[in-house]
Amino acid sequence: MAASGSETLPIRSDSEVVTVRQRVRTWAAQQGFSLVDQTKIITAASELARNVLVHGGGGTARIEALNNGSRVGLKLTFEDQGPGIPDISLAMRDGYTTRGGLGLGLSGAKRLSNEFDIVSKVGEGTCVSITRWK
Amino acid sequence: MTNSSSTVLAEIVTDEQQLRDAWMAEQRRSKSRRSDLMKETELLRESTEFLSAFRRAVASGEVESIDSQPWAPVRDLLSEISVSRARQGFTPPETATFVLSLKHPLFHAIQRRLGDNADALAGELWRTTVLLDKLALLTTEFYQKGREEVITRQQRELLELSTPVVKLWEGILALPLIGTLDSERTQIVMESLLQQIVETEASIAIIDITGVPTVDTLVAQHLLKTVAAGRLMGADCIISGIRPQIAATIVHLGVDLSAVITKASLADAFSVALKRLGVKVLSAPKKSTQEVADGTDTDS
Amino acid sequence: MERIPILKLDDFLLVTIQVDMHDQLAMSLQDDLTERVVRTHARGVLVDISALDVVDSFIGRMLGNIAAMSRVLDAETVVVGMRPAVAITLVELGLSLPGIRTALNVDKGMLLLRQARAREARGLNHGRLGQ
Repeated sequence: MAASGSETLPIRSDSEVVTVRQRVRTWAAQQGFSLVDQTKIITAASELARNVLVHGGGGTARIEALNNGSRVGLKLTFEDQGPGIPDISLAMRDGYTTRGGLGLGLSGAKRLSNEFDIVSKVGEGTCVSITRWK
Repeated sequence: MTNSSSTVLAEIVTDEQQLRDAWMAEQRRSKSRRSDLMKETELLRESTEFLSAFRRAVASGEVESIDSQPWAPVRDLLSEISVSRARQGFTPPETATFVLSLKHPLFHAIQRRLGDNADALAGELWRTTVLLDKLALLTTEFYQKGREEVITRQQRELLELSTPVVKLWEGILALPLIGTLDSERTQIVMESLLQQIVETEASIAIIDITGVPTVDTLVAQHLLKTVAAGRLMGADCIISGIRPQIAATIVHLGVDLSAVITKASLADAFSVALKRLGVKVLSAPKKSTQEVADGTDTDS
Repeated sequence: MERIPILKLDDFLLVTIQVDMHDQLAMSLQDDLTERVVRTHARGVLVDISALDVVDSFIGRMLGNIAAMSRVLDAETVVVGMRPAVAITLVELGLSLPGIRTALNVDKGMLLLRQARAREARGLNHGRLGQ
């Protein structure tokens, strides 16, 4: 039976990124997502959580169960108070990376989700949210 | 919540046997009984179980919120019963009657206890009717969910039946697709193919679309994604049966098939697959008529 | 600190990843593997990811690094056991793992490695004969 509620997790270290993956898995399973959909949202979460740690200097992940009548879904919000992203469209381009990664974090997470939103201000921080509907 | 009156209900339900008998009689009288769908013994068992759980929940003192912890066993039981009724062919009102028919015996019992006290009687009857109405509505909710799950499962089974994955040879699977493909169906079918590849340890899968009249961008993309996923897993996918019209559509849509092996027919694809696996098909040597006559030909 | 065990099978090394690795552990694995390939003169590396239900771009990059490093050290890498859900997700993510050979399981992976080695040996022989 679909759950309701939310959970906020700190992202300050490698192992906390792993915890984010585990908690997203638990919530996604509870919401009744198929195996493939679970894999997609956990992978997207992993990318975004890592971004928070590596680029944002640490932050939080919020997991929210969505139950709007007939629609069931999961919303994840990743926030940090890091340096922010000066050029979002550049950052969203496949292959663009500032730290020797594969450059698929933001664009990949967007592709793996039904909804994607990003707000970022240089010097203030970044907030990325993704939603997957069942 | 006044404790004194909920204890009246609590007291009444402790006499499970009598209540159950009265309730069974009520259910038998009802036109929702459907004895054609459910035997007396089964109904008796369900009613007994329900009353037992109901009694324990009422004994907790909480009779307003059926979402609370003490009512969990009752909710679970109603869920099981509703889903099973749905499967057996009962209608939602017939299923709800299971709970609603308990009202009459309960009201009787309450009346016998509080008959002299009009206020207390009205209060208790009201609380009881509200409680049972909530439980009846719950059966409708569970019934609905149960039906949806059956429909989803049937759809899936139909999909799997209409697109069987066939083992052509050790290590070679074929998926002959027939009919119009929509995005959802294609996705399900492709996931099933990948799963079969793992289970049969196939190195090559042939997706044959000879029986598919048209292909749109989404479907073409799903096909390509499946081929790519198969490759990541360590299996090669060949697409066969691309008819001229589909080939034209694909080119027109700008879908890039250069990374995919395509063959005109399933037979061609099978031949390529065998070659890949180093399998050679040889003709059997011709038997002389003498050998056949003597019975010395080794095959028979 | 935990380390992923690396087994030696003939001339090959077998790594079976069975935990959800944090990034640091993934990087140690890369280093450990490089060191072992050198030390054992391994001719092939098998990475078994059949227990992984998630592979993200970091792990993808780790696998790519392992393959590239092995090649430099004259060893082939084969990644085996990728789950369908993971493969579908990687395709959607846009990760293609270029230059990495894959197989359905350890047995098939070993076969691939042996075949590659056999082809290589024939190639060397041809070279000599040609002289």
